[in-house]
Amino acid sequence: MLTCKEATRMMSEAQDRPLSVGERLQLQMHLAMCRGCRNFRVQMDFLRTACRRYLGRRGSEENDSRIP
Amino acid sequence: MSENTLIDDDFVAAVRRDMLKFAQLQLRDAALAEDAVQEALLAALAGGRSFAGRSALKTWVFSILRNKIVDLIRAQGRTTNVSALGDDDAALDASFDALFKTNAHWRPENRPFGWGDPEESLREERFWAVFEICLNHLPERTARVFMMREFLELETDEVCRELGITISHCNVILHRARHGLRRCLETSWFAPGEKPC
Repeated sequence: MLTCKEATRMMSEAQDRPLSVGERLQLQMHLAMCRGCRNFRVQMDFLRTACRRYLGRRGSEENDSRIP
Repeated sequence: MSENTLIDDDFVAAVRRDMLKFAQLQLRDAALAEDAVQEALLAALAGGRSFAGRSALKTWVFSILRNKIVDLIRAQGRTTNVSALGDDDAALDASFDALFKTNAHWRPENRPFGWGDPEESLREERFWAVFEICLNHLPERTARVFMMREFLELETDEVCRELGITISHCNVILHRARHGLRRCLETSWFAPGEKPC
């Protein structure tokens, strides 16, 4: 079973490479039980959105379907 | 000459200001940033391309600037030893470890809480001021790796190659940067009025 610390590393790496099936499964199981890490994951996505938005490039080169 | 109507002085001044901010954050060298912005602007305006609108023009100018910054970072990367761990990096790692109990699960008081509707924050001018302060607080080499990945949008393996570090070291640095930025935003922007759940 993953610890929170291991889960955060995995969630950071998920921003940089596709996780393996095994890693995804481990992470899913951890997230199902851990609200803190679920929040952490949302926040990692938020950081990326903020960085992309920082340059004022919204909608110019990417089609971000999460933004209505 | 339809594109000339897009490029009035106010527009150039505003774009230039944004570019300079961006270049300084990336390069952390005012003179170098100034040069890169000047060159990028000249190259863009001399290109003689026509644009569908100002945002297309701005995107184009920034893509030129990004390329210039990537070149400069590549040149700098060979002269700085990015793999050396600075004191500020060690401090950031210690602040990360401190979030967890000995069993490597969150201490209840440090458990990440919900940030509400983040889109709302992105619309606020003050948020971007905090965001910049938090970026500037990152240790220099950590910030450089993070920005190459997130602002210049280089793939991780290219970042590693340019800086001569291993993928796993790169992952450690990116994780450190994300932790630093996340904690800074959490304490400086999202904390007031919020309660950990």
